Amino acid sequence: MSPRARALSQVRSPRASSIAAFKALLIRDVRVLGKSVPLFIVRTIMQPLLFAFVFTYVFPKIGQGVGGAEGQEDFSSLLVPGVVAIACIFQGIQAVALPLVTEFSYTREIEDRVMAPLPVWSVAVAKITSGAVQGILAGVVVFPLATFVPATDVVLDVHWIELATLLVLSALVGSSLGLAIGTRAKPHQVPLIFSVIVLPVTFLGATYYPWASLDPIPWLKWAVLVNPLVYMSEGLRTALTPQFPHMPVPVIYAALIGFIALLSWQGIEGFKKRVLA
Amino acid sequence: MNEGEIFGLLGPNGAGKTTTVGMLTTRVIPTEGWARVRGVDVVAQPTIAKQLIGVVSQSNTLDRSVNVWENLYFHGRYFGMNAREAHTRADESLELFRLTERAHADVATLSGGMAQRLMVARAIMHRPQVLFLDEPTAGLDPQSRLALWAILGELNDSGQTILLTTHYMEEAEQLCRRVAIMDHGRLLALDTTEALKRSIGADTVVTVSSDERLDELARHIEGMEKVTGVHVVDQQVRVALSGSNGILPRIIGYAEDGGFRVTDLSVAEPTLEMVFITLTGKDLRE
Repeated sequence: MSPRARALSQVRSPRASSIAAFKALLIRDVRVLGKSVPLFIVRTIMQPLLFAFVFTYVFPKIGQGVGGAEGQEDFSSLLVPGVVAIACIFQGIQAVALPLVTEFSYTREIEDRVMAPLPVWSVAVAKITSGAVQGILAGVVVFPLATFVPATDVVLDVHWIELATLLVLSALVGSSLGLAIGTRAKPHQVPLIFSVIVLPVTFLGATYYPWASLDPIPWLKWAVLVNPLVYMSEGLRTALTPQFPHMPVPVIYAALIGFIALLSWQGIEGFKKRVLA
Repeated sequence: MNEGEIFGLLGPNGAGKTTTVGMLTTRVIPTEGWARVRGVDVVAQPTIAKQLIGVVSQSNTLDRSVNVWENLYFHGRYFGMNAREAHTRADESLELFRLTERAHADVATLSGGMAQRLMVARAIMHRPQVLFLDEPTAGLDPQSRLALWAILGELNDSGQTILLTTHYMEEAEQLCRRVAIMDHGRLLALDTTEALKRSIGADTVVTVSSDERLDELARHIEGMEKVTGVHVVDQQVRVALSGSNGILPRIIGYAEDGGFRVTDLSVAEPTLEMVFITLTGKDLRE
């Protein structure tokens, strides 16, 4: 090893240092995503692809309809926003929660990113940000699937401003939920994440039916309001298929922003607890 | 710590070494008191402090999602280097630490010694003022340990200030000029290795082996002239004393007079281990 002239490290202001490190953390996550594009696509499309295929292609072909024969066409259209919303929440779990569980436990490798010169909370915010980017990508990948797989026509009436804003908010809900879960779950609890959180959230997330159609089961209609996916599905429904009944738009925005605030706060606190003693 | 030195924090497992390093590296918030690195308060200004330090932690914290070269490249980026600078420095570091051939390897495929070299390479890539190493050679094979010692020696020769924690006496003796000895979260002694060894008031340590009644033998030998300390460690009796002339026959004779049978004897200069035993009454490995 040759002797080196050790320059006094040039200390940068906390602000400059944090911004550079934050950007680098995002670049790193994009690089990791870039290495696993096939994996990303497979894990993103399998569930919605099978769902759309069985319920909107196979069922109509074999004469078994969801919502009756005349409701079939509606169902294919109704499914599009629901499937995009599910893609966002799945990404939160798969792109944020699961890697964090490993990085916190077996490998402790999160420590190298925690030692980067930025506040610990902004390392957590970087996780939310890159998770949300992946959630948006997942939504974009899933969208054509839900649109072109069904045997019956899909009727969309796209409201672009709502679509853009609500997709971003939905992706942020998904990734902040992922952070909140990933900072709390132990590795042996990973299977539980799926059975206790992911399945109930997706099945009771107003994804396969509009929330308003729960009228006949009032207790359920009110109970599912604690599920953030309800607002994601309803929101994307107003942006893609406003012909169906949906919640008032301001309520949807307020609820999504509220969930992002709550889940990010929980996630960041959980993150700090795991890395600082 | 003085600039440019290798400082050792020595103590058994659970003595508080990792916690001390954790505090100095912004990871552990002190319940009271303060911690400063090069004048920067690590609690109040962690983002500045982190720029001044490089850390090699006890466990392998390499980023498994990216390859060997990218571990260095992204570390450079985290510390504010632009793409080209990080690129060049990553190449140089791999060269310096003889890892160029593994540049595109998955970090999970590296041997323990190589992973440790990569962690050191990564920790010094942003030219930290102080390099912290927490038990850097724990779990390494002897060859890798020697190689790492050589690397640390060279880094220090080039002016790198290093703080390392260890529970290996040889490591502290080999590398450090000054050592702090800790146990149960308290600082017991802090001085140069030579001064610490002188502090036990002995210039010779005799290790006595016997088949039986080691505690009684130890008590018996305590009565001998010029003996400054006697401890039972590792099924042997360690005797610290001053003046080594004709000491072996004297000890054998003294022991046999007391009805003890000595099976083996060896003489050595005082070691840091003896200092630790004298300070705490117990063995480092306990």
